[in-house]
Amino acid sequence: MTDAKEIWVFVELTSAGIRQVSLQLLAKARALEINNRVAALVPGGNEDVLKELSKHGAEKIYVVEGLDGYKLDTYTEVIAECIKKYNPHIVLFGATHIGRELAPSVASSLRLGLTADCTDLSMQVDNLIQTRPAFGGNIIADISCKTFPQMATVRPNVFSAKEFDGEAEIIREKVNAPKSIFEVIEEIKAQGEHRSIEDARIVISGGRGLKRKEDFEMLEMLASSLGGAVGCSRPIVEKGWMPKSAQVGQSGKTISPDLYIAIGVSGSVQHQAGIKSAKKIVAINSDPNAPIFDIADYALVGDLYEIVPAMIEELKGEKNDRA
Amino acid sequence: MLQNPIEHLSVEQKNSKIIVCIKQVPDTQEIKIDPETGTLIREGVPSILNPFDEYALNLAIEIRDRFRNNSEVVALSMGPSQAAEALRKCLAIGADSAILLSDRAFAGADTYATSYTLAKAIKKLGPASLILCGYEALDGNTAQVGPETARLLGLPAICYVERVEALDGGEITCKRESEEGYELLKSPVPALITCMTTSSFEPKLPGVREIMAARRKKLEVWSLEDLGGSKDEYGLRGSLTRVTKTYTPDIKRKGVRFEGKEGVKELISALRGII
Repeated sequence: MTDAKEIWVFVELTSAGIRQVSLQLLAKARALEINNRVAALVPGGNEDVLKELSKHGAEKIYVVEGLDGYKLDTYTEVIAECIKKYNPHIVLFGATHIGRELAPSVASSLRLGLTADCTDLSMQVDNLIQTRPAFGGNIIADISCKTFPQMATVRPNVFSAKEFDGEAEIIREKVNAPKSIFEVIEEIKAQGEHRSIEDARIVISGGRGLKRKEDFEMLEMLASSLGGAVGCSRPIVEKGWMPKSAQVGQSGKTISPDLYIAIGVSGSVQHQAGIKSAKKIVAINSDPNAPIFDIADYALVGDLYEIVPAMIEELKGEKNDRA
Repeated sequence: MLQNPIEHLSVEQKNSKIIVCIKQVPDTQEIKIDPETGTLIREGVPSILNPFDEYALNLAIEIRDRFRNNSEVVALSMGPSQAAEALRKCLAIGADSAILLSDRAFAGADTYATSYTLAKAIKKLGPASLILCGYEALDGNTAQVGPETARLLGLPAICYVERVEALDGGEITCKRESEEGYELLKSPVPALITCMTTSSFEPKLPGVREIMAARRKKLEVWSLEDLGGSKDEYGLRGSLTRVTKTYTPDIKRKGVRFEGKEGVKELISALRGII
């Protein structure tokens, strides 16, 4: 593969290991129709990490040694240097908090085009077609870069990670990272009151149909009887009833649970954009014309204040029957 | 009102500027699709001040007023002439002056060309202690303009900020959202900060007096000539990405419909196997 073009995936490491989106991107990069070689760019990383990356589709791994914990300035400098040195064809980042500040910072340093929050990628000869929602999910746009390397950030959970055979070639890149001007004074982990909606198999979401903040307790009860997590639509976050981390939709999280239950959510296009890859969607709404019903597999028209308690009862009954 | 977004303030840079970059956006919640043609219906869609920018502006005003240090809050926007409306609102909310970057050559800009234009204007405005902007705009949702502009200006970027915890001497400490929760990050100033809203933030509506007072404040329009450089550096021509196609998403599902409380049993049994 002499003329193979390198596709780089920036690998994000957390205290728990590799962030899922990085593995999802490796799989997608492997599937792109171009004579390519998929490389992971990883800051540090122990043998376990390298093994994982190799197993998930990295054919080459650039291990950047000499970088401390994540800081925007030092990572920008070092990644920009690596890109200049090796000149890959494409560089992909996960659209996470880190990816969404790091990618633009790198792109702007190198005067490269960058597309944000892609939900699909494909090749048109040498050009990467970057598909993303715009106008709050009302339209979809295909975008390409005029500059090379082509750069994009990609939403988590739109692709699936896969396993591959073969052993990755390891390139160790020692750098003298400049000292960061930033200082992290404290890290505050979000408390466990809200289960992450991204990892949950079942997500129950509340919208404007709920009249009071306290009514979310009803959703929590339903969620706990189903083993699910509770999310919400944008207006609920704007009211301050739920944290931003629980927001589903275009300006919140894209999720792909096995089951999504939208309760009192009208289903604006931006909300729909966040759930379109859910396996099954249930919508409960008193308005028979609510847009959410357009993308529901099961539509239940009625008063949520009657329906939700009835569901909780029904599930309780089922449990007792099984016991 | 902001609930104490700044706990502790003291700064030496007097008489410097706090620049807030804002964007007038269509209220994306109100956009409808024409079912016949599948295209966006733009008529009648209200234009609003991007909510995250509004929060950034309130934070800037709060910083100015607590310092009492004569720093001037400048609202800056790139857009068509109607975007002056959003800047007038900023003046009514409390910005001291406003600048609209408007020229046919600026149209069709991607995030890089937008950042380039803003960076040119910020340089022309002279020394600023802080540059604030919303972390993303409702219409584009890219969140790229903040960090790209910072880089073009050679300034540190602090993104996803909810609160400024301290501004002391040459340093600022912000509480910002991270993937796992929050972090307190300290950075030297000048710096560029992108803001998220906090749940307790309620935008205040300017009263008649504020609106009247805003009319007497300075709102300048700068064109390509004011920023300098060639046409090729701006707008569509200065963009590093191009839109090749747009279409409406088709994500409709054919749903089974149940009615009312009586439908609950049927629904639960239909979901058997998943739950």
